[in-house]
Amino acid sequence: MTTTTLAVLVPLLPFLGAAAGLLLGRTAPGFVRPLAVLPTLTAFALAVLVAVRQGGDSPVVASTRLTPTGSVPIDLALYIDGFAALVAVVVGLVATCVQIYSTGYLRDDPRYPSYAALVSLFTSAMLLVVYSGDLMVLLVGWEIMGICSYFLVGHYWETPEARAASLKAFLVTKLGDVPFLIGLFALASDAGSFRITRILDTVTDGGLDHPTLIALLLLAGVAGKSAQFPLHTWLPDAMAGPTPVSALIHAATMVAAGVYFIARLLPVFAASSAALVVLAVMAAVTMAGSALAALAQDDIKRVLAYSTIGQLGYMTGALAVGDRGAAVFHLISHGAFKALLFLAAGVIIHAAGTNSLAAMSRMSNLRARVPDAYWTMTVALLALAAIPPFSGFFSKESVLGAAETAAEGHAEHIPGAAGWTVLVAGLLTALLTAAYAARLWLRTFRGQGDEAPDHGRQPLSMTVVLWVLAIPSLALGGLAYGTLPDWFDGDDLAPTLTTSVLGTGLALTGGLVTYAAWRYTTALARTPLGAVAAHPEADAATVEAEAIASHAPAYGDVASAPDPTDPSRVLLGPLHRHAAVGFHLDAVYETLFVRPVQAGARLVRFLDREVVDTYVRGAGALPRLLGAAVRRAQTGNVQTYVSALLAGTVVLVVAALLVATGA
Amino acid sequence: MHLAYPVVLSALLFCTGLYGVLARRNAILVLMSVELMLNAVNLNLVAFDVWLSKATEETLHSGQALTLFTITIAAAEIGIGLAIVLAVHRNRGTADIDKLRDTAERPERSEKAEASA
Repeated sequence: MTTTTLAVLVPLLPFLGAAAGLLLGRTAPGFVRPLAVLPTLTAFALAVLVAVRQGGDSPVVASTRLTPTGSVPIDLALYIDGFAALVAVVVGLVATCVQIYSTGYLRDDPRYPSYAALVSLFTSAMLLVVYSGDLMVLLVGWEIMGICSYFLVGHYWETPEARAASLKAFLVTKLGDVPFLIGLFALASDAGSFRITRILDTVTDGGLDHPTLIALLLLAGVAGKSAQFPLHTWLPDAMAGPTPVSALIHAATMVAAGVYFIARLLPVFAASSAALVVLAVMAAVTMAGSALAALAQDDIKRVLAYSTIGQLGYMTGALAVGDRGAAVFHLISHGAFKALLFLAAGVIIHAAGTNSLAAMSRMSNLRARVPDAYWTMTVALLALAAIPPFSGFFSKESVLGAAETAAEGHAEHIPGAAGWTVLVAGLLTALLTAAYAARLWLRTFRGQGDEAPDHGRQPLSMTVVLWVLAIPSLALGGLAYGTLPDWFDGDDLAPTLTTSVLGTGLALTGGLVTYAAWRYTTALARTPLGAVAAHPEADAATVEAEAIASHAPAYGDVASAPDPTDPSRVLLGPLHRHAAVGFHLDAVYETLFVRPVQAGARLVRFLDREVVDTYVRGAGALPRLLGAAVRRAQTGNVQTYVSALLAGTVVLVVAALLVATGA
Repeated sequence: MHLAYPVVLSALLFCTGLYGVLARRNAILVLMSVELMLNAVNLNLVAFDVWLSKATEETLHSGQALTLFTITIAAAEIGIGLAIVLAVHRNRGTADIDKLRDTAERPERSEKAEASA
């Protein structure tokens, strides 16, 4: 088969799997698991094959005219360069791991068939985004991911948190998608085509008339999808979904789509230095803010969610300094270790029966209950904290190195201000990242108190994928930084000495300071705290849904817990209160958008009920009155009716006679 | 015979039937009155048919043919009508039309119907 055929099959197979899963889910339950796992696995294998054949050489381009539109035509086009090939491999790997993991995680879930089909559809949409060479086709995948994330985040729709979170995820990402669509139209009308190749040619020739406007409009959509400030608020709440969904959507696919989109169209953004500065500031605020917020969260998955936002900030930061190789390198290594972190967190939540770090810190010996999760999560957290030689170190250093190059003014067309912003924020975030990674590890695995409950061994399907993902988290960065430039633009991705020493030093400082704070707080008096799931012996999804539902009643809030022994209280001091609620951004949105909209809705309701309806009721009153009068005649006595009929007939006959005789 | 005799007779028959339909309480008598009215019409049809056949040379005697139809339908009608009356009598113990007022508009029921609609 040609590379093009293989590449078409990659997004198509999960799509067909999803369609078959939705159709056969009820009638043939035995086929649901194979239909979920096999197409994704095959797509992964094909993506690897495509990547091997493409080999980082000249892009594979193929297209067929989908529809003539009268102005800018829409093509079904493939554009597979080194970025697309490698990102597709990561997406395939993570999706396969998630599907296998889900068979164990949602073992007894009655809605598993639709869940698995939606995950397949989601994977297919992401692969379409990755391979598409036409922006309209890309947009189709982009929007399918939006609706799939709505359904998947709301999987536990019995809990109010999940219902609210799915709506929020959908609305916030849509808020970004509207300017994104307008930006696509503006870009296409400037370039005369939706094809990525044509657009890039136009940019090279300097044919873009409104580069800043287009870049800023597109940035809004990217900020929504990739959870960048100020549209990031949906992502922490989206943790109300099942853990494998968090791993899929919020580590490697959906949020990566925004970063990947900028990486594809980087020349468009680089044409406007204002857009790059905006991107850099956005990345810096996102990185630093989310890392502070991550330090104060109590729900283990919310810590990881804020950490995802921060790591995406690194990627957009790399793009802001014009190095898409570094951004995609970090995307790939982050995809592996963040998926691992989420999946391991799912195992831990199942074993501990709670998602609260405060409760876990009061359980001793949790690490002995879940040795696989313990070891793999340690690897992933070290990768997250960018400790050499784990993969996160190399990818993060490539970002910082790119920022340093830009800050010193060595990069063309890149404002030095953008470089400095990203560099300073990146180094600060490195410190904070190590701090919250250390806090997560210490509070989860080094708890003191009662023995952790023993629920037997975790399902094999859930533990094996952890080790599969641990390999790239451990070794990918070190092995790949030398060869990846051949796949990308050719820029060197090797860590530079200055940033490596600075970054690692800061990371070690963050970890050690957190350790000291933890030692100090564990010596404090420990108040009993915590609640565990009502059915700890049930399958993992049930335990998680119960843990999410009980967090707010047990601790007063979905995000934080009133735990004086939390080391982050010592570290953050008075800032802790604000960081725990994400710096009040939700409250600001509540005041700025939610309340005015609700007030407007109340006004419309009043106008409809009290004003419009009054006229309608008034118009109905007269017919109703007449009807009541006519109904009086209906006595039920047939003879009365016949008498009336006779009288009517007589009157008509007399009238007819009078008319006929001309009287 | 002059046309006036049968026509006047049929008018009398019809009026008698009409009075019966309007004034009688017993359903069977009402049905009998309906028969009277139908037969008045039959008499009219036959009388005018004869009168027409005198006036014109060729006629299809459609009046007489129609009479046969009317008689057939009247037989069927009285059969069904009596069956209904019997059924009503068995159910309610009466065949008094004045007491069979289930379709009357009742004020309180109409209010309820409006509220539910």
